[in-house]
Amino acid sequence: MKEKLSMLLQKKSVQITLFTLFIIVTSSALYFSQKSVVSFLLLLSSLLILYYMNLKVVTKWLIALGLLFILIPFASSGGPAFHSYMEVATMVGIYIAMALGLNIVVGMAGLLDLGFVAFFAVGAYSYSIFATSQASNFMPFGEYPLSGSTFWGFLIIGGIMAAIAGVLIGVPVLRVKGDYLAIVTLAFGEIIRIIFNNLDRPINFTNGAMGIASITPPNLFGLEIIYPNQYYFIVLFILLFTIFAVNRLEHSKIGRAWKAVRENEIAAQAMGIPLVKTKLLAFALGASFSGIMGVVFAAKQQFIDPTSFTLLESFTILVMVVLGGMGSVPGAILGAALVTILNLQVLTELTNWLNQLSLQGVITIPDALTPAKLQRFIFGVLLVIFAIYRTKGLIPAKNKKFDVEQIKERAQKKAAISNIGSNDTDRVQA
Amino acid sequence: MNILEVSNLTKKFGGLTANSNISMAVKQGSITAVIGPNGAGKTTFFNMITGVYQPTEGEILLEGKSIVGLKPDQVAKRGISRTFQNIRLFGEMTVIENVLVGMHTHLRGNLLGIFLNLPNTRKEESEAEVEAYRLLEYFNLEPFINEKASSLSYGNQRKLEIARALATKPKLLLLDEPAAGMNPRETRELTEVIQRMGKEFNVTVILIEHDMKLVMEISEHIVVLDHGEKIAEGNPDEIRSNPKVIEAYLGKAALELEKR
Repeated sequence: MKEKLSMLLQKKSVQITLFTLFIIVTSSALYFSQKSVVSFLLLLSSLLILYYMNLKVVTKWLIALGLLFILIPFASSGGPAFHSYMEVATMVGIYIAMALGLNIVVGMAGLLDLGFVAFFAVGAYSYSIFATSQASNFMPFGEYPLSGSTFWGFLIIGGIMAAIAGVLIGVPVLRVKGDYLAIVTLAFGEIIRIIFNNLDRPINFTNGAMGIASITPPNLFGLEIIYPNQYYFIVLFILLFTIFAVNRLEHSKIGRAWKAVRENEIAAQAMGIPLVKTKLLAFALGASFSGIMGVVFAAKQQFIDPTSFTLLESFTILVMVVLGGMGSVPGAILGAALVTILNLQVLTELTNWLNQLSLQGVITIPDALTPAKLQRFIFGVLLVIFAIYRTKGLIPAKNKKFDVEQIKERAQKKAAISNIGSNDTDRVQA
Repeated sequence: MNILEVSNLTKKFGGLTANSNISMAVKQGSITAVIGPNGAGKTTFFNMITGVYQPTEGEILLEGKSIVGLKPDQVAKRGISRTFQNIRLFGEMTVIENVLVGMHTHLRGNLLGIFLNLPNTRKEESEAEVEAYRLLEYFNLEPFINEKASSLSYGNQRKLEIARALATKPKLLLLDEPAAGMNPRETRELTEVIQRMGKEFNVTVILIEHDMKLVMEISEHIVVLDHGEKIAEGNPDEIRSNPKVIEAYLGKAALELEKR
């Protein structure tokens, strides 16, 4: 019976039917209910189901794009909770991009970086300083705040600034390895936060601990972008670009060089791979993805201060990568999505529900034990469980499978061509 | 013509002199063996040539140009490749990926080409795959292309290391105990491969080896180190009968025994 069932599930047509049913049920439930976090999460999880389905990669991508661009925003627009859904989805996107960036540094190049949020801060500050009157404190020319249409340019500038910060931090830090590297990056992460915290004197660059408020919202052809559902699409576009770039990198000579450095530095060097340059590139590229999302984050929040970029944020991003699977791109995506949703939706909803219960006098839970406050405890437990039972993460990193037959064919073809060539020269000599 | 010339090479680790005043020359296209008892300084000598250690004194010339002071990756780019005594493969990567890493310096693709998947980057990658396949075929490793390098048998790991080193298209290949841990059949196979590959890949080979049968069979020139000093050099026959070499390997008693 069980075998028959699994056989049935392996069939493509059955899979597609069940999947379509699942999507229809969850999305209509989401659309017609006032607020149903469960159906929202189930609809999001359809993407994970899609990942495991027995379909061609291109088909999967097309379905996923359809879900992300059309169905999810549409289905969640039914009730009054539309913006809160979109807010969560946007944050998930931002964290996924950061996890992908950190995955390059930690997962592929094997450099344990505990101060990764610093690059996010660099991106966020580079937009917010110029998109408020803050810049007029030190810029001799130009009028500030800059208009919202510069946001799009700042996406690139933020990425570049973060990459530069990555190189600047990397040059001194990459002299040490392993545990020492972790400690030093941790310190640098904090240093950058403290610099932003104190850069209000003698010249006021960052407005110190007060933070920067009323950041100009982005502007697309005259349309002001202020709602979460608009940011959702911006983040989605950047995220798709990020996933695309990371995939390309992973299976290029650069990705291989990173992995080689991770596996064995001495051998990598003996193969002609320059260690410092390769590691710096990992730092810079990883940082730039984070910096771009920093710009989006600053624009979305319209207010940033140094407390958004604490050590805990760095750890959270690291937890995402470790949970998902070090060096695995789908793993980093899943890890980031899970942790963010757990943080923003599951734990807060659970807290609300328990609060209601205690208001009704059903049960009383001490304030210190509400799920939102247990966040760190829950992460800790999760990490311990994973360290014991699933050391390689939810979706372990997989090596690229080369098509042996195809390569063989090409090799034979090439050999044949060179044979013809040599025959010709023989004839000429004869 | 000499491809490698080493003169008065000395390496001191604090008070310990690992190599002192070693001079030697390696002919283009030859197979040279460096032998000596354990701790004689053979691997230190290799490490200095490949830039892992910087010599305390002395000069190393590759095709007449000094390579002292270069980093290992720069030395590799000049055309020296090597294998390691304790195998250093990229264990979590597949067999073909290991060889592709060896081709790193010959792939010209840049960031832009990689992001946009430009035609010439793509073409280069597919050509590299074919070349890697042929190299693996040469060492009979093509059935394991998609296996993790760490899952190969010991003998195959040694062969993969040589294939990876050849992928850098070296002029000079240093093999550090290539036959260590191999069974007699594998050793025989390896001996053949080393002899063939020198000619087919147009590469000069220097090897460290303890298997005297292999050494005597394939090397044209042998250098003997003991306590960090060169005690003898010559062709296999000269080395076999050299009293200093016998003394280093078997002790003084062996010589006296022979005299009696």
